[in-house]
Amino acid sequence: MSARIAVPARARRGEVILIRTLLSHPMESGFRNDAAGRAIPRDIVHSFVCTYNGEEVFRAEFFPAIAANPFLAFTTVATESGELVLSWTDDRETHRETARITVT
Amino acid sequence: MSALVITRRRLIASAGGFALVGGGLAHATPQTMAAAIREVVGEAPVRPGRVALEIPPIAENGNAVALNVTVQSPMTATDHVRAIHVFSEKNPLPNVARFQLGPRSGRALVQTRIRLADSQTLIAIAAMSDGSFWSGSASIVVTLGACGDST
Repeated sequence: MSARIAVPARARRGEVILIRTLLSHPMESGFRNDAAGRAIPRDIVHSFVCTYNGEEVFRAEFFPAIAANPFLAFTTVATESGELVLSWTDDRETHRETARITVT
Repeated sequence: MSALVITRRRLIASAGGFALVGGGLAHATPQTMAAAIREVVGEAPVRPGRVALEIPPIAENGNAVALNVTVQSPMTATDHVRAIHVFSEKNPLPNVARFQLGPRSGRALVQTRIRLADSQTLIAIAAMSDGSFWSGSASIVVTLGACGDST
């Protein structure tokens, strides 16, 4: 998996910021058949978590209805300078992206 | 079923839906969607309102459709949205996504892209910190459904 994220580098304390994410992942639903008619097995990212200086601030559970290359946007309050860690988990691995934010 | 009212917010063209379906594919029905909703809310009433589920009224291709859900809430420690659940009535599975929020969210807003097997109504249910549930819905006409074959 690889991901692109958009997190503001700076924010004012108390400001609500928008975080946008785009993950490369086929999100194979498990409901498609291949050319020979066999079911292609499910392979999806099922969990996304965002932590802010170690505290979880947002979580998402994805089902096969989430489109391939999942796009996800959500908000969080800029409380203090630090690190946001975004992680996506499928059946094989967890992919993490980190962003630093300066809050003044 | 409790006080769940589905309101049609957009004019639905009578173009009909066209869905490609893999062999032997079962689909969610209003009953399975109701059962999935009941798993979340139990016997609690679900009130229509406060939740805005936004999707385009028509999608040429059901493979990636933009979905926006916002909920009217001050998002304070004592009054906030705990979770947003999204359901489909015609996809193979009734659950689409679940989002967990809290006072640190600042605003109750989530955006994603979803697959749609056919023209249908989607429902979003917000679970509030006071234990209440609110819902919003929207309908979409899908010209070419997802869940097709790989070719």
